[in-house]
Amino acid sequence: FSAHCVFRKTKALLDHTNTLSLNLTELTDQQKEFQEVARKFAREEIVPAAPSYDKSGEYPFPLIKRAWELGLMNGHIPEDCGGMGLGIFDACLITEELAFGCTGVQTAIEANSLGQMPVIIAGNDAQKKKYLGRMTEEPLMCAYCVTEPGAGSDVAGIKTRAVKKGDEYVVNGQKMWITNGGKANWYFLLARTDPDPKCSASKAFTGFIVEADTPGVQPGRKELNMGQRCSDTRGITFEDVRIPKENVLIGEGAGFKIAMGAFDKTRPPVAAGATGLAQRALEEATKYALERKTFGKFIAEHQAVSFLLAEMAMKVELARMAYQRAAWEVDQGRRNTYYASIAKAYAGDIANQCATDAVQIFGGNGFNSEYPVEKLMRDAKIYQIYEGTAQIQRLIISREHLGKFKQ
Amino acid sequence: CFAPFLCLRPPQIRVKPDRTGVVTDGVKHSMNPFCEIAVEEAVKLKEKKLVKEVVAVSCGPQQVQETIRTALAMGADRGIHVEVSGKDYETLGPLQVSKIFAALAKKEQADLIILGKQAIDDDCNQTGQMTAALLDWPQGTFASEVTLEADKLKVVREIDGGLETIKIKLPAVVTADLRLNTPRYATLPNIMKAKKKKIVNVKPADLGVDVSSRLEVLKVDEPPQRQSGVKVETVHDLVEKLKEAGRI
Repeated sequence: FSAHCVFRKTKALLDHTNTLSLNLTELTDQQKEFQEVARKFAREEIVPAAPSYDKSGEYPFPLIKRAWELGLMNGHIPEDCGGMGLGIFDACLITEELAFGCTGVQTAIEANSLGQMPVIIAGNDAQKKKYLGRMTEEPLMCAYCVTEPGAGSDVAGIKTRAVKKGDEYVVNGQKMWITNGGKANWYFLLARTDPDPKCSASKAFTGFIVEADTPGVQPGRKELNMGQRCSDTRGITFEDVRIPKENVLIGEGAGFKIAMGAFDKTRPPVAAGATGLAQRALEEATKYALERKTFGKFIAEHQAVSFLLAEMAMKVELARMAYQRAAWEVDQGRRNTYYASIAKAYAGDIANQCATDAVQIFGGNGFNSEYPVEKLMRDAKIYQIYEGTAQIQRLIISREHLGKFKQ
Repeated sequence: CFAPFLCLRPPQIRVKPDRTGVVTDGVKHSMNPFCEIAVEEAVKLKEKKLVKEVVAVSCGPQQVQETIRTALAMGADRGIHVEVSGKDYETLGPLQVSKIFAALAKKEQADLIILGKQAIDDDCNQTGQMTAALLDWPQGTFASEVTLEADKLKVVREIDGGLETIKIKLPAVVTADLRLNTPRYATLPNIMKAKKKKIVNVKPADLGVDVSSRLEVLKVDEPPQRQSGVKVETVHDLVEKLKEAGRI
């Protein structure tokens, strides 16, 4: 199946996205209002709480619950499952604002979208009502379980096995780096159903929905990472886990395409998150540069610093335009793989550059944990790794680009 | 009902070159914070089933509709936009607004008018009081607590000396002070639902109100620039300097 035939334009989409042409300069009234709520919440509630969550690594459930109450989470869930059926563009606007507050909090929230996306694009009505419906009734978390200790970029190399036994599949294997691994109510799981090594990736894997309390599902310890430390990342062991056949998405062998198809919709929000971090870096650095003096002037008045700020501004604006384009393309029902990869690759790279430059502008203070920018540097790194590494994005972009060229 | 949307204090307030007022172009406009508190109180009363309907009112140009939408997203049932724009809007003051509110209150047969105690751009603190006077209704201003008791309203007011509790008969005017409540966020689902709620456009002339101002602003000046200070070495020097400046 091709990615765009499973996208259905929801009513919400038709109401409020820029339908005919992409207008990057003027959001609709509703988009502005959504953005306002997300911005206010991020700046008033996430920003003050983020440093202590970063130090303790504690899961920011109070903030997540608040975001859920305000309707800032689970935006993609279709209206007939109790959600708002938001397009990717609107979701990205919200994501950028939340990420400005703290990308650790925002990643915990975003992992819900990633886990839900396979169900949204490939689930049947019963699966959608059951697993998406419950997310709108209480603030539950879910997770996307694909990566393994031995296979990250090479998804086709995963070894977790699902064997059909009667009306069930029995799963054995090991997953790693699963965001919300210890907090999820259910997982989207990718496992190999065809043991034949010659079987192609497009037929060998199956996507499942797994209830987290199924016997045999064993989340590991919370991993201590460089950044986004309040996000819950774990290894998960699957030992003789039984999954009913009703929980297979589409059918045996359809898993790989579903897992990859989800990315076209989740990469733009991840790019938006990286942009939010870069925006935060720019704002913190600008504020500081207008307060700190050296050699008789505010450091912002020294060209070395103002040029750094100018380049940060350039990068932030371009990253924003890139994710908006990628989001808009997929909302129009078009295949956006090229744009989504460009947005994610670029935003991940510039987030790291802007965070580093912000620390530089803060000087010695920037290196210190009492100032907000060292956290941004530690948080930014993962944007070049998860949701497809910077290198994988370049593989995708070159393949798409050369493919277009040859036509 | 609540007072017009006003300028959110921008980081740098600048006086217009012709000194007739402050620069408002490009300044973000949103709901007056005290009016947000008023809207919240009205919505709370409706949730407690003590009032049937909450109508949000604002006077001003087209952009005012955004503010009304925010009130609808917070829980108001419908909106009334009293169109005042251009020169009329620049000279619109508390007296004209009170006349508009009084006329609307009669037309809508309102039982309670709640608005912010004052707008944070002009700090007039007059609209609520004038509206009550025009309607000959009792008023509970600077409210930090409002309770409905049968057909009377118990209002705890913040006054200079502390708190004053009064009982007023309905219909009445109440103005909201800071500690009355904490306004809720408009949630995203409520923002979407608010789009279906009606906002009606009305002109002051339709209400029989003349918005021309009887005040003429002669000039607006910035406060005097803060002079740089002088450092002195000893207390003796300080006393000498103060004497020189005629301060002691």
